[in-house]
Amino acid sequence: MTEIALHERLMKYAPLLLIPVLVLLGFLAIQSTSSWLTLTVSGLAMGMMIFIMASGLTLVFGLMDVINFGHGAFVSVGAFVGVTILLALGGMTGAPSLALNLLAILVAVIGAMAATAAAGWAFERVIVRPVYGAHLKQILVTMGGLIIAEQLILVIWGPDEIFFSRPEALKGAVTFAGAALEKYRLVAVGVGLAVFLAIRWVLRSTKIGLIVRAGVQNGEMVQALGYRLRLVFVAVFVAGSALAGLGGVMWALYQEVITAHMGQEMMVLVFIVVIIGGLGSIEGCFIGALLVGLTQNYVAFLEPKLALVSNIGLLVLILLWRPQGMLPVVKAK
Amino acid sequence: MLTKLISGDNPRSPVLTVILLAILIGLAFAPFLFPGVRSLETAARICIFIVLVASYDLMLGYGGIVSFAHTMFFGMGAYGVALACAHMERGFLPLVVGTSAGAVVAIVVAFFIGLFSLRVRAIFFAMITLAVASAVAVLVSQLSGLTGGEDGLNFLIPRELTPAFTLADGDLFGVRLNGKLLNYYLVFLGSLGLFLLLLRIVNSPFGRVLQAVRENDFRAEAIGYRVVYYRTAATCISATVASLAGSLFAIWLRYVGPDTTLSFEIMIDILLMVVIGGMGTMYGAVVGATLFVVAQNYLQELMGVAAKALSGLPVLPLFLDPDRWLLWLGLLFVLSVYFFPSGIVGRLRQRR
Repeated sequence: MTEIALHERLMKYAPLLLIPVLVLLGFLAIQSTSSWLTLTVSGLAMGMMIFIMASGLTLVFGLMDVINFGHGAFVSVGAFVGVTILLALGGMTGAPSLALNLLAILVAVIGAMAATAAAGWAFERVIVRPVYGAHLKQILVTMGGLIIAEQLILVIWGPDEIFFSRPEALKGAVTFAGAALEKYRLVAVGVGLAVFLAIRWVLRSTKIGLIVRAGVQNGEMVQALGYRLRLVFVAVFVAGSALAGLGGVMWALYQEVITAHMGQEMMVLVFIVVIIGGLGSIEGCFIGALLVGLTQNYVAFLEPKLALVSNIGLLVLILLWRPQGMLPVVKAK
Repeated sequence: MLTKLISGDNPRSPVLTVILLAILIGLAFAPFLFPGVRSLETAARICIFIVLVASYDLMLGYGGIVSFAHTMFFGMGAYGVALACAHMERGFLPLVVGTSAGAVVAIVVAFFIGLFSLRVRAIFFAMITLAVASAVAVLVSQLSGLTGGEDGLNFLIPRELTPAFTLADGDLFGVRLNGKLLNYYLVFLGSLGLFLLLLRIVNSPFGRVLQAVRENDFRAEAIGYRVVYYRTAATCISATVASLAGSLFAIWLRYVGPDTTLSFEIMIDILLMVVIGGMGTMYGAVVGATLFVVAQNYLQELMGVAAKALSGLPVLPLFLDPDRWLLWLGLLFVLSVYFFPSGIVGRLRQRR
């Protein structure tokens, strides 16, 4: 057996190490512990939400080589459905009882995820199915799907943006080590982490996860072994849409305002995350999302005007370092 | 002579010939045929969008490259003119300086994007251009000191191109001969020239190679064409023409803002125009852009009337609301990708 040099072993984990390095750099640049802590938490919260939206997209791409430019539509639909339910349950969200608040949020999240799962199923059947294997058509048709979905939202909910406020229990902040940490952001970090661990568990420890991972690596082989990859794919597509819907609700609660264009706007961040993570890789997607969230929040504090452009800088740097993304699974042709 | 002018690319369909001639005549004599400020605005918009869409078609239809950064180049030309006019003395010089500066920036940026990311697959390129374009749009609205931010820039163009300037006393067929007319013909002739240039390019050996690359880049590479060079060249040409169209747009509007030049909505509009008109046929750009701009300006009224007529029914009026016209074009877009991928022009050519 040949001895692997230390730096080679480290290189394998280099993407993972990027996050602590970035956090440390942020600390050095900001110099105030309390603002650094606040920014780190909100960066992590933002990253977790982006991860939830992006996870489905990257798996779908890995499995069937389908890129869905309409993925943002699910984010919008999830947000609108969830917020509508929350507004309808105004009595429960307005009450200062934690249990009632959580129940209302749970109902809203389940409603939104059910709606986006159904939308994802319809989207796969009607829009995506006829265009397997044709990238150009995929891009065009899913863009068309995004346009139609956005217009349908405008038809149903009207053209105005909807403002609302978070349930009582999630308002306000807790103070920790002199830093004010918004409660909702802590919750978002927790939910994101839970979703990530759940996806990892499903992918690593269940039969379905095994098939999905094998399918991402080599779809033809999996089919040759007798598994119906198409069914798996539809399931992943639907699950990914539902996750995008969850991400939409969480993002709506974060911003406390929703517009029909929000999905379109989130798409840019989601794509950046998927690209720098490496297409098809769920871990890469997670690291990428956290990097994007943290970078954006740090830069927004240090140099507000460059906040949104900083993501592009990050994208360029990562692609110069690893042109296929950090942890590529699918070989880019 | 005429065949030479359109580079031997005949419409190849009687119906299409009639449509194209009608559009050409309509645009050439728009100020006289359709008097009124609004219809002249529409005509100028059509001219400019024909060029913009045709330049996009060079990439999408002929090169098979999906880019979402086309409005970025359009905006570069427009902001070039706006900034030059805002900072230089009034006259024709700032127009020339701004136009060329915008074109140079566009070509350099296109070159770098092309070299940087055209080696990878179509999907990657589409996502990267989307990200870059949105970053530029954000940057433009953030740097309000230079670009006027969300409000955009109003600027002065040479007096000869404004309605205040009188070309000759009296009127011709009831149209006042003022600078506005001159400005329209600048836009029209500029657009016509750029369009014929694009037609020349796609019918040249270069255009043929591009089509070969689109059909099978692996084989094209095997025959000895450097695929990346051709794709990068197509991106650069396309970006330059888009920036020139942007300059014309800025001169016509005398205003530049993120919403009119850089927004993602315009990118979607361009995509719709190319696909509905017909990818890979320059004439598709003409038909698509005309149809779209006319629909944008007049379909809404029609839908308003229809919505009113059906106002008694439960849900239907919501779908016919004038603001929902994009819904119908989106549906048309998806259907055309499925059922007639070569668009209106391709369809007409089939049915010879």
